Amino acid sequence: MSEFALSQTQETFVMNLGPQHPATHGVLRVKLTMDGEYVVRAEPVLGYIHRMHEKMGENRTWAKFLPNTGRMDYLHALAYNHGHVMAVERAAGIEVPERAEYLRVITTELNRISSHLLWFGAFVLDLGGFTPLLYAFDDREQILDLLEGVTGSRLTYCYYRFGGVYNDVEDDFLVGTKAFISRLRSRLPMYHGLVTKNIILIKRLKDIGPIPPDMVTRYGATGPVARGSGFNFDLRKNEPYSVYPEFDFDIPVYTECDSMARYMVRMDEMEQSMRIIEQAIDKLPEGPVKAKKVPKTLKPPAGDYYCAVEAARGSFGVRIVSDGTNTPYRLKLRSPTYSNLSLFEEASEGMLLADALALMGSLDLVIPEIDR
Amino acid sequence: MNPIPEVLRLVIYLTCLILFAALNAAYLVWVERKGAGHIQRRIGPKEVGPFGLLQPLADGIKLMTKQLFLPAGVDPVLFKVAPILLLVPAVMSFVTIPFSETLVARDINLGLLMIFAFASVNVLGVLIGGWASNNKYAVISAARAVSQNVAYEIPMLITVITMVMVTQTMNLNEIVMQQPNIFKWYVFRFTASPLMPVAFLIFFICSLAETNRAPFDLAEAESELIAGAYTEYPGMGFGVFFMGEYANIVIGCAVTTILFLGGWQCPFGLAPGWWWFLAKLYLLIWTVVWIRWTYPRVQFYALLNLSWKVLIPISLVNLLLTGAMIKVF
Repeated sequence: MSEFALSQTQETFVMNLGPQHPATHGVLRVKLTMDGEYVVRAEPVLGYIHRMHEKMGENRTWAKFLPNTGRMDYLHALAYNHGHVMAVERAAGIEVPERAEYLRVITTELNRISSHLLWFGAFVLDLGGFTPLLYAFDDREQILDLLEGVTGSRLTYCYYRFGGVYNDVEDDFLVGTKAFISRLRSRLPMYHGLVTKNIILIKRLKDIGPIPPDMVTRYGATGPVARGSGFNFDLRKNEPYSVYPEFDFDIPVYTECDSMARYMVRMDEMEQSMRIIEQAIDKLPEGPVKAKKVPKTLKPPAGDYYCAVEAARGSFGVRIVSDGTNTPYRLKLRSPTYSNLSLFEEASEGMLLADALALMGSLDLVIPEIDR
Repeated sequence: MNPIPEVLRLVIYLTCLILFAALNAAYLVWVERKGAGHIQRRIGPKEVGPFGLLQPLADGIKLMTKQLFLPAGVDPVLFKVAPILLLVPAVMSFVTIPFSETLVARDINLGLLMIFAFASVNVLGVLIGGWASNNKYAVISAARAVSQNVAYEIPMLITVITMVMVTQTMNLNEIVMQQPNIFKWYVFRFTASPLMPVAFLIFFICSLAETNRAPFDLAEAESELIAGAYTEYPGMGFGVFFMGEYANIVIGCAVTTILFLGGWQCPFGLAPGWWWFLAKLYLLIWTVVWIRWTYPRVQFYALLNLSWKVLIPISLVNLLLTGAMIKVF
């Protein structure tokens, strides 16, 4: 159908989707060349919220960059915290106490669930269903309350420190987390009944926006986008870090390559994250939450270090080049959504506008993370 | 016979109908917001007046005090005419709606025909508004609105023809009088055609699509087209469009009530009157609100496929079946 439409092309027009548009969820601008309602070319234009995070990192001490990490992917801030502290710990050779690692896993997985919940709501909003957004926010609110009690903030967390976490958790937090998990377990079937099994939604997602495996490898897409195209790739399993090897969980993989597959991957991931949190709470060891010998002025030995974590949107990598001073010589961040967005131009070719927006929603874009 | 002079009667009816349309538009927004709040586990408007009941007034004042700004490049005449073209046909359609046996502005023989004649005018408002706006989103929206209306007018009119065959009249009051109790409502009149409930469903779906309501709200799909044809409209320009939209919903539900649900007749034959008509009308409108806050939006081609491949064949089968039944029995 789309090939036919493209062969009929006689006249196209350029339409700006964004930088202010309800479907881009931020300040992304997509320059659309349209033929009627068909997208001939979709060219993402970036830079509207560029804040030079990498350069900032090179101009301040290692610890002072920590709050910046929570301001890139503000929806899964703790994973970004985690990536940075892990890279610096690896560079400086700091051992992290086991309890701190467990707390990192619990909080980062909670944060992952909250990120997926928000994506779920926003995605269905893109498809024109308003109500699921507020149901998802209702659940997400519980997570924010839990994390606020531990970290002190609700969105742009800065909880991890080099060599541990900022402070220990109270028992309330663990009890509340368990209560939340049982609550979400009872709510997920409702989401599936209301949204996943809805015939309109199935028609809008099934076979829409295919991302074949070779496109995933060419653009370096990761996270749910890759797992929805049949790649069993998750850094928590493939390059285990922290204490993830101690937990029993599955990586949801779908081979359909369409928007529905990416949707299902994220819905299943929430269940897996709940499994991880439950096991982590049960196994949570006693002990300190901060390493004892962390120098106040950190000066990692000169060298080149790389560390990657699995964030909600894919692999987040931190590369630091240290010259032995108290600031990094070079800080390079690899953010997953940047690669995931890059394939949009090729994948959306010849699609209808509404389908292209469904595809864009299924990529789960967070713009401040693309622009950094 | 008539104690009130004709001219005065006309003025009273005109005032009342415009008031009815405006009040409905204002308070349906309130119902919609409260209903959405209820469905979404929040409160909805509550600050202005008790239960937020004065909120529509505040919104109206806000819209009226805004500058009627003409964006650069719009067609100044068409841009201003378009909202009126949407509202006036909707208000005109109220003229033939029988609120009760005696409460009707003009009890004309071709009431049904008149309503559908006016119903096809209002799409012109959206088309002109979108075209005159000089905005690409608005043009796409206008094109969508037109093809959607054309596609859904066909099954709707086929169903109406079926109904006219059964009722043998186009006078809305007579149609209502043929349905004195729930067993004689046309939605359950299986003796006329076994597919009557299906016809009701087709008619209701079509009226959802005709009035651009979710899940068929493609013309103003806010996550795709911002506000569609209304994107560029400031203040009361947008307000009039809004009133027209809600007036159209009321008309759609009123016609459904009259054709299938017995209009002002009581389900049990007790005390017929305008209260029954309004009760049924608002029940249907509540259903429309309910659907909007439950379902996602369909795709454009799915919308057209539904009409051409599903609704039109079924309504044609219904037409033939009804014709055969009338001939045989």
